Amino acid sequence: MNGAKMILAAPEIWVLAMACVIMIVDLFLREERRGIIHMLAMLTVIFAAIITLRGDYLIDGVRSVTAFSDSFIRDPMGDVLKVFSCVIMGLIFIYSKFYLRSFKMFRADFFTLSLFALLGVMLLISANSMLMIYLGLELISLPVYALVAFNRASGRGTEAAMKYFVLGSMASGMLLYGMSMIYGATGSLLLPEIAKAIQLQGANDILLTFGLVFVVVGIAFKFGAVPFHMWIPDVYEGAPPAVTLFISSVPKLAAFAMAYRFLSSGLGDLHVHWQSMLASLALLSIVLGNLAAIMQSNIKRMLAYSTISHMGFVFLGLLPGSAFGFGASMYYVIVYGIMSVASFGMVILLSARGVEAEHLDDFKGLNQRNPFYAAIMGLVMFSMAGVPPMVGFFAKLMVLKAVIEAGMMWLAITAVVFAVIGAFYYLRIVKYMYFDEPETKTAITAPVDFGTALTVNGAMILGLGMFSSSLIAICMTSFGL
Amino acid sequence: MNGFLLSILIWLPILGAVAVMVVGEQRPALAKGLALVIAMAAFLLGLPLFFAFDTTTAAMQFVENKPWIETFNINYHLGVDGFSAPLILLTLLFGWLVVIAGWRSITKNVNQYMAAFLVMEGLMIGVFAALDALLFYVFFEAMLIPMFLVIGIWGGPRRVYATIKFFLYTFLGSVFMLIGLIYLYIQSGTWEILAWHELPLALDVQKWLFMAFLVAFAVKVPMFPVHTWLPDAHVEAPTGGSVVLAAIMLKIGGYGFIRFSLPITPDASAALDWLVIGLSLIAVVYIGFVALVQQDMKKLIAYSSISHMGFVTLGLFIAFSIYRKTGGVSGAALGVEGAMVQMISHGFISGALFLTVGVLYDRVHSRMIKDYGGVANTMPWFALFAVFFLMANSGLPGTSGFVGEFMVILAAFQANFWFAVLAAMILILGAAYNLWLAKRVIYGDVTNHEVRNLQDINSREALVLGVLAAAVLFFGLWPQPLVDMMQASVDHLLQHIVQAKVI
Repeated sequence: MNGAKMILAAPEIWVLAMACVIMIVDLFLREERRGIIHMLAMLTVIFAAIITLRGDYLIDGVRSVTAFSDSFIRDPMGDVLKVFSCVIMGLIFIYSKFYLRSFKMFRADFFTLSLFALLGVMLLISANSMLMIYLGLELISLPVYALVAFNRASGRGTEAAMKYFVLGSMASGMLLYGMSMIYGATGSLLLPEIAKAIQLQGANDILLTFGLVFVVVGIAFKFGAVPFHMWIPDVYEGAPPAVTLFISSVPKLAAFAMAYRFLSSGLGDLHVHWQSMLASLALLSIVLGNLAAIMQSNIKRMLAYSTISHMGFVFLGLLPGSAFGFGASMYYVIVYGIMSVASFGMVILLSARGVEAEHLDDFKGLNQRNPFYAAIMGLVMFSMAGVPPMVGFFAKLMVLKAVIEAGMMWLAITAVVFAVIGAFYYLRIVKYMYFDEPETKTAITAPVDFGTALTVNGAMILGLGMFSSSLIAICMTSFGL
Repeated sequence: MNGFLLSILIWLPILGAVAVMVVGEQRPALAKGLALVIAMAAFLLGLPLFFAFDTTTAAMQFVENKPWIETFNINYHLGVDGFSAPLILLTLLFGWLVVIAGWRSITKNVNQYMAAFLVMEGLMIGVFAALDALLFYVFFEAMLIPMFLVIGIWGGPRRVYATIKFFLYTFLGSVFMLIGLIYLYIQSGTWEILAWHELPLALDVQKWLFMAFLVAFAVKVPMFPVHTWLPDAHVEAPTGGSVVLAAIMLKIGGYGFIRFSLPITPDASAALDWLVIGLSLIAVVYIGFVALVQQDMKKLIAYSSISHMGFVTLGLFIAFSIYRKTGGVSGAALGVEGAMVQMISHGFISGALFLTVGVLYDRVHSRMIKDYGGVANTMPWFALFAVFFLMANSGLPGTSGFVGEFMVILAAFQANFWFAVLAAMILILGAAYNLWLAKRVIYGDVTNHEVRNLQDINSREALVLGVLAAAVLFFGLWPQPLVDMMQASVDHLLQHIVQAKVI
C-alpha cells in the first residue's frame, strides 16, 4: 500500500472528509445561517465530480487500476457512474433545499447522511471484492433508513423506514449468505480471483449456483425488481420527497455497477444460470410494474411502480451478458436517474407550504397555472414512456437492440407491449396537466436556483435525446466498444 | 441552398414554434401573425422541391447526410424522390392553410395551438424526408405528441378518450415496427432504408417483418380492423387537427408501405398481398356503407376517408397479381401511380371537407346533419364550395378525386375482374353518401332558425377553400405534372419489387 495508490480513492476520501467537516461546521452555525451547509454540500459534489474526472490513472491501454489489496477498482465505467452520481446528487440538493425549507426540516443531518450515502454509492461502484460490495451496500442503506424517517412527526415515514429496514436487512442477509457460499466454493473474496477459480473448477458446482441465487436476490432487492419490490411503493410514499429523490436515482447507478461487477467480472462463467434468472425478474418487473402503476392515484406510488418497470428494462440490458448489453444498461440507468429526479423535482415544486402534492389531481390544469413547468413535466412523462426524441426512447432502443441481438425476440416484444400499456399512465399525467381545468389558481413559485435546476434537468432530457451520440459513446467506450 | 433545403423545411417550423411559444398567451394576434409568416415562409422556401425537382431520375435528391449517433451508425440522412416530394409539398400547403383556418375559431392558448401545428408540420416533413430508418421512426413517433395535445386541449367533449385512444393505437402499432427496424439493423449493420432495399432476407423473416410494418402502417392509414380510432379522433379534434390528420397523417401510412413494406419485404408482400387487398376491399365497400348511415358530418367524412384510403392500399398491392398475370410492370405502375395520385387528391379533398364542416361548426356549433338543411339559401358561396368538394369526393370526372380512383380501378381490372367490381362500388357508394349529405345539409328548406341567420363565408374562409378548390380542379384536369414527378420513382420501385430477394 502506498500513497500513489491511495490517490485512486481521492474522490471518496474527499466526500468522506467533507461529510465530517459539514457535521462539525453545523455545530457552530446558528439557525439562520444553515444555508452555508447547503453550499458546502454542493461544493462537495461538484469537486467530487471534478476530482473523478481529473484522475489520469490509465496509462498505456490499461483498462483498470486497483488499490487497497485489489478490493478497490478504478475504471472508466466507474468514473462515468460516479460523475453522474455527483451530478444527480447536485440536482437533488437543489431540489431538496426548497422542500426542506418550506417544510421546516432544513437541518444539516440531511446533508451529512446524504453525503455518507453518496460515499457508499461511490465505494459500491468501485468495489472489486465481496467485502467492499457489502461495505458499500450497507453504507448506502444505513443513512437512507434514517433519512426515510427524517420527518419524525410523520407516522407514515416511520412506518416506511421500519419496513425498509427490516426488508433491507433481510436482503443484506441473503446477499451475505450467498457470498459466504461463493467464498466457500472459490476460496476468495476478490472478484477476479473468484472468476479464475470458477474457470478452473467449472461452472456446474451446486454450491456456486446456490450462492448465485442468493446474490441475485440481493441485487434484485437493491434494484427493486419483482418479486423483491414490495418495499418500493411504501418507501417512496412514506419518505419525504427530498429523500425519495435520492432513493429513486443515485443508488440505482450503484446497483447497476454492483450487478455488473458481481455477475460479469466475478461470476461471468455462470452466465447461463443468471441469464434465465434475470430474464424472469425483468419480465415480471415490466409486467407488474406497468400494470400496477395504472391503478395508482398517488403520484409517488405511481412513480414507484414506474421505477420497477424501468428496472426491468435495466435487467433486460444486463441479461445478454454482452459488452453492448452492459453499455445499454448503464445508459438506461443513468438516463433513468436523470428522468427520475426531474419527476420528483416536479412533485416538490407542486407541494405548497406544508401540504405535500401527493395525488395525481394536483397536476390538474398545470398548463394554465404555469405552461413552462407543465412543458417540463410533459417532457419527463413522454421520455419515461419512451417517445422520441426524448432520451428515454434511446435508452429503450439500446436495451432492445441488446436483447434482440441475443436472440430473445419474444422478450423484446413483451417488453414493448407493456411499454405501450405503461404509456397510458404517463399520458394520464399529461392529460391532467393539459386537458383539465385547475382546481386552484395559486401561482406556482420557486426559488431561482430550483427553477434553473429544473430547467437544466428538462433540457438534459430533451438535449441528451436529440444529441444522444456523446452519452451513448461514453457508455459504450466504458465497456471497450 | 439546395444542400440544406430539407433541413430548413423541417427546422424552420419547429424553431418557429419555439418563437411562437415565447410570444406568450397574452398576445394572440402576434402569435397568429408570426405563425402565419413562418408557415408561409416554409411554403415558399419549399417550392424548389417542385420547380427544381429532376423528374428523370429515381435517385434521391436534395440529399443531406451527416452522422448523428456514430456508435450506433445512425445518420441524419435526408432526401426526397418522386414519392416523398409531392407529399412534402402537400404538407407545406396545409401548413399555412391550417393556421388561417384556426384564425378565429381558436381562442384558448392561441400561441400553444399555433406552435403545436408548426411543430407537427416540421415533424411530418421529417417523416417524408428521412432516409435513415431510425430518423424516420423518431419523426414518426414524435409527431404523435403535438397531435395528442391538439386533440386533447382544443377538442370536443370526448376529447380525452379520443386522444388517448389515438395515441395508444398508433404507439402500439409502431413499437412492433421498431422491433423490426432493430432486427434489420442487426442483420445489415446500417439504418439506411435504401440499403435495406437491397438486403436479401429469407421468406420467413420477410413475413415477420412485413407483419411488423403492416401493423404500424395499417393503424396509420387506417385499414379495416384497426380503423376505429380515426372516427373518434376526427370527431373530437378541432378543425385544424382533423384537417392535418386526414390530409397528411393518413398519408404517412401509405407512404410507409411504399418506402418500407414493398421494397424491403417484396417476397412477403407478394405472398401476403391477398391480406392487404382483402382488407382494402372491405374498407372500400363495408366502410362505404358505414359512412352512409352516419348522423355526424365529421364522422361521415372520417369513414369516407377510410374508404378512400382503402383505394391507396389496393392500388399498391394489386401490383403483384398484375405482374403475375401479365408479366409486365406497366399495369402495376398504373396501380401504384393511381395510389399516389389518390393520396395527394384525398389530401386536398378531405382537408377541404373538414374545413367546410369547420365553417359550419364555427357558426352553429353542431356537427349533426339533422341540425342543418337549406344552408344554400343563406350561404350560397359556401354551398358552391361544399357541393364541389362533395362531388370531388365522390369521384366526379374533372376533379382530382376521379383521376386516382380511375387509375386504380383500371389497374384492378388487369389483376382480377372482381377486384375491379368491388373497387368500383366506391363510385356508387361515394356518390350516395356525398350527395345525400349535400341534400340534407345544403339543399332543402330551412327548418332551423340558426341556419336562417347564417352569415356566408368571409374572405379568409373563401381564400382557404378557394386554394383547395383550385388544386382539386387543376389536378383533375391536368394530373400530368404530378404523374411526371413520380414516374421514375414508380418504375424504380417496381423493378425492385418484382425481383425476388429471398436468400
